Amino acid sequence: MTDDVTKLAAGLSPLERKTAPCLKKEGTLAELATASGLQEVEAMRALQWLEGKGCVKLATEEQEALVVLERGQKAAKEGLPEQHALEALKKRKTLLVSEIAATLPAYDKQAVGAVVGTLKKLNIPFVTIDGKPAFKWVDALTVKESSERALLAKAGKSGWRLSSDSLTVEEKQAAIELAKRQGYAAIEKRKEKSYTLTPLGEALTKTKELKKAYAERLTPKMLEDGSWKQQEFRPYNVTINVPKKTGGRSHFVNEAIGYIKRIWLDLGFEEMEGDHVQTAFWDLDSLFVPQDHPAREMQDTFYLKDPAKGKLPAALLKKVKAAHENGGDTGSAGWRYAFSDEEAAKNLLRTHTTVLSAQTLLKIKEGKRRIPGKYFSVSTVYRNEALDWKHLFEFHQVEGIVVDEHADLRHLKGYLREFFGKMGFPDVRIRPAHFPYTEPSAEVDVWDPRKQQWVELGGAGIFRPEVTKTILGEEVPVLAWGLGMERIIKEYYGFEDLRDLYRNDLEQLKTVKAWLK
Amino acid sequence: MPTITLSKKELLKEAGKLSDEKLKDRISMLGTDLEGIEGDRINVEIFPNRPDLLSQQGFGRAFAAFVGAKPGLRTYDVKKPTQKVIIDRSVASCRPFTACAVVKKLKITDERLKEIIQLQEKLHVTFGRNRKRLAIGIYPCERIAFPITFKGMKPDEITFRPLEAAGEMTAKRILEQHPKGKEYAHLLAGLERYACFVDAKGDILSLTPVINSHLTGKITEKTTEVFVECSGFDLRVLQECLAMIATALAEMGGELQALELDYPDKKIITPDLDPKKMAVDGAYINRLLGLELNQNEFKKLFEKMGYGYGKGTVLIPAYRTDILHQADLAEDIAIAYGYENVEEAIPNVATAGQESPLAAFEAKVRNLLVGHGLLECKNYNLINEEAQTAKMLLNADVVALASSVSEEYDTLRAWILPSLMETLQRNKRHEYPQRLFEIGRVFAKGESEAGVKEKERLAVALCGEDADYTAIRQILDDLLAKLGVDAAYEETIHASFIPGRVARVSVGKEEVAYVGELHPRALESFGLTMPAAAFELDLTTLFGLLRG
Repeated sequence: MTDDVTKLAAGLSPLERKTAPCLKKEGTLAELATASGLQEVEAMRALQWLEGKGCVKLATEEQEALVVLERGQKAAKEGLPEQHALEALKKRKTLLVSEIAATLPAYDKQAVGAVVGTLKKLNIPFVTIDGKPAFKWVDALTVKESSERALLAKAGKSGWRLSSDSLTVEEKQAAIELAKRQGYAAIEKRKEKSYTLTPLGEALTKTKELKKAYAERLTPKMLEDGSWKQQEFRPYNVTINVPKKTGGRSHFVNEAIGYIKRIWLDLGFEEMEGDHVQTAFWDLDSLFVPQDHPAREMQDTFYLKDPAKGKLPAALLKKVKAAHENGGDTGSAGWRYAFSDEEAAKNLLRTHTTVLSAQTLLKIKEGKRRIPGKYFSVSTVYRNEALDWKHLFEFHQVEGIVVDEHADLRHLKGYLREFFGKMGFPDVRIRPAHFPYTEPSAEVDVWDPRKQQWVELGGAGIFRPEVTKTILGEEVPVLAWGLGMERIIKEYYGFEDLRDLYRNDLEQLKTVKAWLK
Repeated sequence: MPTITLSKKELLKEAGKLSDEKLKDRISMLGTDLEGIEGDRINVEIFPNRPDLLSQQGFGRAFAAFVGAKPGLRTYDVKKPTQKVIIDRSVASCRPFTACAVVKKLKITDERLKEIIQLQEKLHVTFGRNRKRLAIGIYPCERIAFPITFKGMKPDEITFRPLEAAGEMTAKRILEQHPKGKEYAHLLAGLERYACFVDAKGDILSLTPVINSHLTGKITEKTTEVFVECSGFDLRVLQECLAMIATALAEMGGELQALELDYPDKKIITPDLDPKKMAVDGAYINRLLGLELNQNEFKKLFEKMGYGYGKGTVLIPAYRTDILHQADLAEDIAIAYGYENVEEAIPNVATAGQESPLAAFEAKVRNLLVGHGLLECKNYNLINEEAQTAKMLLNADVVALASSVSEEYDTLRAWILPSLMETLQRNKRHEYPQRLFEIGRVFAKGESEAGVKEKERLAVALCGEDADYTAIRQILDDLLAKLGVDAAYEETIHASFIPGRVARVSVGKEEVAYVGELHPRALESFGLTMPAAAFELDLTTLFGLLRG
């Protein structure tokens, strides 16, 4: 026990150390604060810590008290306003209501109404003199000592504060009356905190260890003058929780994007860049999406109001138009309808990053990129949809193309497995699907072991000749994929609701776990 | 994409016995998205390239071939025409073409009637582009008299009782009051004549593409013989659509009879169910799929997809509308072979990975800012116009969207700081100081194909009692110094900032940033009760300068 107490005492924090010697068998927080010279909050913190160590037991009691305010304090000396009025009435025998104010002390002038009410209650005759209301003295009356004034006097002796427990029934009534007077008194309810020492606490207060002088901090001065050698440092409770502190950090989605980019860079892919605002020509027509395709309607695509139309590359436009109308030189029958330049010129927010892949094909043709070549991007696309837990109007697509004479469907599967394996989804399958710009087209599913089902995470395929031949000028297999990034990464963060990725709640940004893949 | 409901019983009658597990797997691997199986009901999503699958019969046909129960090309007997449809010149200005057929000996049960209605509706929505491209009419032969005339009539000549209406209505009233009339009136806007089918007795069968007549255009369970028409603007498309409907009705047990269509300049016979021939480039398909299929294997796989095949030529059913190129055949071969059976491989092609230099630069900037204890935010590029102009005390011309489902997001952001102001507003309940940054895309009208200039920018915002010009300058100065940039500061006026406490920052002749203390009125408009200081830096321009 003694050892324990010594150790306990040695580990006390400065506040506890100040408090401990002042602890009595039992007492209130207020007493302890006074005795230790600490502020109540500090004493309270010390008590709470000591309670945690089993030294004290804390209790909270609700306490009611009469607190006498400034006017009440003055009236304790000068008398209550109705007493001033009565004294005057006794002398003059009659007292006009209009004269009452003059009888009152300066701080109580506004009490006239209250005085009139009190005098009426005392049954002082209320008469009219020359048409003016007045009170009339009756000799039978005596001016009694008021119980309220007595209570004020009593309160004056105990710091203008009387606990309700210490009042008689009569005094309690008087206290209620006083509280009704404006600025006189208030009945205050407050929680009174008290403590009781436990046996361990008692032992603590008596230990010599408390008197020992510990150094709290190691200071530069101690190091300079070597005084640290004579110092003993207060041992800390190193198991205790410390206040939370967080540092600056990059957005957690950007951490994931960085990782995804590295996967493709490591596989020898070059990053593609481009504008978010595109013409329908680049976003859709160059990718052989027919102009009456349902996905091109307003409800799916953000078109621009201003500037509503863009410029079209004349030479390519001609070829794309031919591909749509009759297949052009691609060996295809085409969609066989009348292509509208007007429709192609509409500005929109790119609906997929496949537009970057189409533009990369043109760059290859212009000699700015190469075949064989592998290209990727992880960037923003837009869909005109209402925000809800599984839809965002703005999200990221993981896009990739492999332009290589020897590329085929097997390689498409290979790259997708490689990527998803590194994203934590070892089981990947592709199944037939349809996109206007790929043939074969595939939906990419990964196995979600938690939900025990296949989850659709993107589309893939090999670009149609109507796309490749038209833009690139030659027919080379182009493996392509566009995967929904948010749906791939949300599992990692444990989010069900996609919107949680972009809430920008600072608490979340500070505390969400780091990307550790 | 349209979803159709199939009867499992009917499907298995075609395809043979299959467990639910197998059924699910095969439906998915045929290239249709299975939504679920509940009792006898199977819900399947059909991709827009395969409208021929939009019926119980069409789906059953493809599925039975795919699972190997009934492989190969299905042929349908079409009897020679005995009746005709006259296409009057007057229809040329409204809906110039139609393709028609008669189907006899139908047994129309309640179930069948639902199937016919489903097929018609789904084709209308998808292949027919909501009746804009084509409309389909099906009429009971017992109520109508051949020959039928397809003609353009003046609106005031048209009076009949539309489907489910109480009595006769004029065309004008139909378009104004009948539910279908109101729905499709826009397709007739501005036309002088409306296309109608009229029979030999002079009864109007329908006003296309809006509504049939209640008397002559309503099939019931008593109907055994129907007249089917598809009308629109492209005869080839109409023929394809008619083939889908006619073969579906034939699969129900109907007997097909052709009709002679007398166009002003030609006579044609429809339906035309002759398969189209296409030479198969086996080497191309093998190369694309990474397979080595021989002729026998090609034949087997084509037959699994409902084609006929012989001597390097594939016979494409008349109802297949999606075969534009060898590539489409390649896909069907891949489906028949099984995507799951294609082996995985990564080719050994040496290419060098290369990050976008601007993105790499941004990553470095991000790192430096994190070192200052700043938190990175990531807001949407779409923002409310007010938030980035009026609330920031600016009157700027921003890039606006034509329509947005989420109305509060109606413009593209021209700068990043308003996004951070909104972030501060949303985080008022959290402790201060709040120190944020964001890197992102901004949009302004300017020189590019689309007429919009896009740049990458950085905004940093400090908010809290100590957020002042010095504090924000320290971060900007440190960042620019570490990037090796020599910047000049000069006093400027910017409405979002307190006058006299905002500077423009230039590198050489290029303005790259402004920095200052936010105007109290701007703070007020975001409900902030703490001072804030911020800078916004043009990373695209800065990076351009650094690269020289």
